[in-house]
Amino acid sequence: MTEAESVTNQGVTGKPSGGLDVARIREDFPILARDVYGKPLVYLDNAATSQKPRQVIEALVRYYESYNANIHRAVHCLGEEATAAYEEARAKVARFINAPSPECIVFTRNTTEAINLVAYTWGRANVGPDSGVLLTLLEHHSNIIPWQRVTAEKGASLRYIGITEQQTLDLDGLEKLMDSRTRLLAVTQVSNALGTINPVQKLTAEAHRNGTMVLVDGAQSVPHMPVDVQAMDCDFFAFSSHKMLGPTGVGVLYARPELLEEMEPFLGGGEMIKRVTQEDAIWNDVPWKFEAGTPNIADAIGLGVAIDYLSDLGMENVRAHEMEISEYALRRLRQMEEVMIYGPPDPADRGGVISFNYPDLHPHDIGTVLDRHGVAVRAGHHCAQPLMHHLDVSGTVRASFYVYNTLGEVDVLVDALGQAHAFFSNDTK
Amino acid sequence: MDDLYREVILDHYRNPRYRGSLPSPTTSHEGYNPLCGDDVTVELLVKGGIVEEVAFNGSGCSISQSSASMMTEAIRGKTVQEVESLFREFTAMMRGSDDIDFDSIGDLEALEGVRKFPVRVKCATLAWHTLQEALRRLDQGENQAASNERAIR
Repeated sequence: MTEAESVTNQGVTGKPSGGLDVARIREDFPILARDVYGKPLVYLDNAATSQKPRQVIEALVRYYESYNANIHRAVHCLGEEATAAYEEARAKVARFINAPSPECIVFTRNTTEAINLVAYTWGRANVGPDSGVLLTLLEHHSNIIPWQRVTAEKGASLRYIGITEQQTLDLDGLEKLMDSRTRLLAVTQVSNALGTINPVQKLTAEAHRNGTMVLVDGAQSVPHMPVDVQAMDCDFFAFSSHKMLGPTGVGVLYARPELLEEMEPFLGGGEMIKRVTQEDAIWNDVPWKFEAGTPNIADAIGLGVAIDYLSDLGMENVRAHEMEISEYALRRLRQMEEVMIYGPPDPADRGGVISFNYPDLHPHDIGTVLDRHGVAVRAGHHCAQPLMHHLDVSGTVRASFYVYNTLGEVDVLVDALGQAHAFFSNDTK
Repeated sequence: MDDLYREVILDHYRNPRYRGSLPSPTTSHEGYNPLCGDDVTVELLVKGGIVEEVAFNGSGCSISQSSASMMTEAIRGKTVQEVESLFREFTAMMRGSDDIDFDSIGDLEALEGVRKFPVRVKCATLAWHTLQEALRRLDQGENQAASNERAIR
């Protein structure tokens, strides 16, 4: 048996991988039992959205079947139960990222809305003609467009930290890019397109020395590794429920409490006020000041259950499992001639995301062939067009892993890729 | 899989027809599919209401590029009216209509299988919508020229 085979078999039989019992985990995910075009589903599009365990799905059903009610103002039993469950979910989120208190946690729709909330409240109040915002080339459009809009409106500058040949942030010229006028550095902790892990703690320290605030996009980090916002010392932190086993429609904004206190509300309406007269109103306390209207109660509770699930697995174990899969996938892909792999070479420097291309094949053609083999990957620009433009590609194929993926699934991916390549390069010779 | 990538499609992908540009086109347009970043430029030389020369250029997936190549073959030498009718037949086919004049469609029928892959339909129609825009510009140009002429008179 070759080394690759022995590793593969271990993955297929689901023996503990990086401390995870993958076979048992897979039983919790009903969707993994389905076929796609007669082939077992191999779901490798986790950076787009993760699948949901039975525990989360059942929590949604339980809420709607047994204690569905509007929160915070009801005097009846159901309302009290729903309010308690919703606020308990907030407390779970706070503990999960080591926020100092639940009051620093604002529920939003998703990461995008959380970043927009900061841009339209703190950003519009603090960015002006004599100041600027610093981004990186690794950002998702959701951490670019809000800052383009705010800086354009306020006549502020917008700069980008570039990347090195190894596709990590190029921090050599940082002191030139980040000057006394830079109000905010907005940076992703893990690149959704390349998997690159950014040194956010170091960046935050440098930014704060410079008097620059820091927003970290945690959409690709919180689901996959231990995150501690106090150790990171960031000012704002955003992530989404649906990429971490939770339901769609819920996102999280963490901000330092004093920032939330001084920021103006984002949306106005019910829930975010204490008292309203014909002329004006007094805002509610944080975080409710930022949660106008009936929030997504059920899905916030579902996120709390997803956090329980991940906490039971242990985030160190989740990270170790993904590193093991990434290492194996990188090794197998490197054995394939012509495949071009993006991102840092060492699995320790990247999340469970692998972007690659065949030089002569379009990512969408590869994605379509893989799909017919039951393999779901993402093909395209990954909402990171400035980065794709910099790499001079129209897009890439991206495989991204999670707690239920096996080394055997990497083998299915690699086999299907070989067949895709053979299919298109089968010349008329 | 073979429904999507029929042999004639793969042939056009590997050996595109009329790929390049024209020295002096009478109209042209660049079309773009934001979903996948595909782009196709179509250039036409229209004289006396006939598409005398056609060329395409661009980059993208096999479906978008082979569809463009097949389109150039299908419209070369046809009158603008015939091309417009072909546009209607082709886009109707891609929308899933069965009321198609398959005789006039010819080889383009090979792209019918793309219908089973809804996200890829836009790849197949990109060149055709680009062509339509190029023809619309030609129309505008002629109207503009005609009105200029009237103004001079």
